[in-house]
Amino acid sequence: MQALRACGAILAVLSVSAIITAAPGAGTVTGKVTYTGTPAKAKPIDMSKEPTCAKQHTTPEMTESAVTGPGNTLENVVVYISAGAPAEASTPSTPATFDQKGCHYTPHVLAFEVNQELKVVNSDQTSHNIHPLAKINREWNKSQPPGTPPLSEKYDKPEFISVKCNIHPWMHGYFAVLSTSHYAVSDASGDFKLPNLPPGKYTLTAWQESYGTQTQEVTIAGSETKTVNFSFVAKPY
Amino acid sequence: MKTNFYKLLFAIAFLACFVGLRAARAQEAQVGKLTGHPDQGKQLYRRYCIGCHGPRGDGAGENAPYIDPKPRNFTQATFKCRSTPTGTLPLDSDLYNSIGRGFDNSNMPSWAPLTDQERINLVAFIKTFSPRWKNDKAGAPINVPNETPVTVQSIQHGHDLFQKLECWKCHGPEGRGDGPSASTLTDSNDQPIRPYNFAEGSRFKCGATNQDIYRIFMTGVDGTPMPSFADVIQPNDAWDLVHFLRTLQVNREGPERALLKSSGTKLQPIQASSGGGR
Repeated sequence: MQALRACGAILAVLSVSAIITAAPGAGTVTGKVTYTGTPAKAKPIDMSKEPTCAKQHTTPEMTESAVTGPGNTLENVVVYISAGAPAEASTPSTPATFDQKGCHYTPHVLAFEVNQELKVVNSDQTSHNIHPLAKINREWNKSQPPGTPPLSEKYDKPEFISVKCNIHPWMHGYFAVLSTSHYAVSDASGDFKLPNLPPGKYTLTAWQESYGTQTQEVTIAGSETKTVNFSFVAKPY
Repeated sequence: MKTNFYKLLFAIAFLACFVGLRAARAQEAQVGKLTGHPDQGKQLYRRYCIGCHGPRGDGAGENAPYIDPKPRNFTQATFKCRSTPTGTLPLDSDLYNSIGRGFDNSNMPSWAPLTDQERINLVAFIKTFSPRWKNDKAGAPINVPNETPVTVQSIQHGHDLFQKLECWKCHGPEGRGDGPSASTLTDSNDQPIRPYNFAEGSRFKCGATNQDIYRIFMTGVDGTPMPSFADVIQPNDAWDLVHFLRTLQVNREGPERALLKSSGTKLQPIQASSGGGR
């Protein structure tokens, strides 16, 4: 019994000290995602079958299987800690919002956490059906006519889920359901930033919808900022 | 005292584990008083189902390459005909009824010649192909309230809903399965799929009664482009839509078409251009 109590005390002290040391020594990983090779050319999308959407775009929407920028940068790449991060204590209380506007998904890739609320909004004057083709989670398919309130859903397992609207076959996006809060989606200049990382050794994974995943190891000591760049080999098809 | 307490605790933990394991292992199917046994279902499966659905239940049997639509892949545990909401597992009775009914417009025949016990045994065996049956519960069945009377107003309102909810985008303005999006549709395994053609007069896939039609657009047809409308249609509106859909079945004489004819009502053609292009 005595030993047990002593163990408990030691554990308590350890966990408190862990919390104290974690807070000030938070490191950051930043980086850029680029490609080599030739990516598929973005093609203009013909929305003439849906005039209410077509008239919202002065220039046609482009396909987004590989969104590139000057200097061979890649947008919409999900970068996240796939190993080494402490288990999440709670899920975020704010929902992740996926908007259907002008027959286009905004954002194209929506990253959020397991069991976090997902809100799907229809801002259009036309019916959409939101059909995430989940394989590990349950696959569902719901109609959302104009003017109906946002749908609220959750996923309980991590998965990259392709999302489509069967009524408007050009609409295509992704849900990145992650089991960590340490994630980022690369912006228009290919940059990403993962702040608030306690010291430790991490596996960083980058996921691109057409080119798959890449991983790199990174060790964070103290409050340093480390740069980790990813480069994908682009395929023209 | 203390040792007694621990003994009790241990006994409770042991019992809980035992009961839990039993529940997890009991991969049975239940419809009314019928209980299906997977080991007996396996024998039947190997005799009747394996040619199309395959030895692993993945729909890749030796006949599969020659079949369209493709045989169901039971390892995905996604089923078209359910009484439960989209994204949930069907009830045992849904699978049991599907086996007995068969699927029109596909190679899946009715297995009504088998006995009730054989069919429920097959259900139990089919459930062994996906771990979802151990981890998830079937969804709560969607309630189908009493049907409202068939009236001209009801049919007219159903017609307006067909327009407003844009059913015609796939099913076509006359329900002939030729809407503007029809040619682009694929199922969740990327196989081309056609929307239902009401005018052709073939039987509905998941049952032919008005209740079955009501249920189908509330549950959606999982694994296909047909979404669930459960969150967006009220029960009275849903019955109105059912009554209108019946009038699209030009090869079937039913009370809905008869009423339209006797009352001399002419419905406006669905305007395919009002919500989208042609």
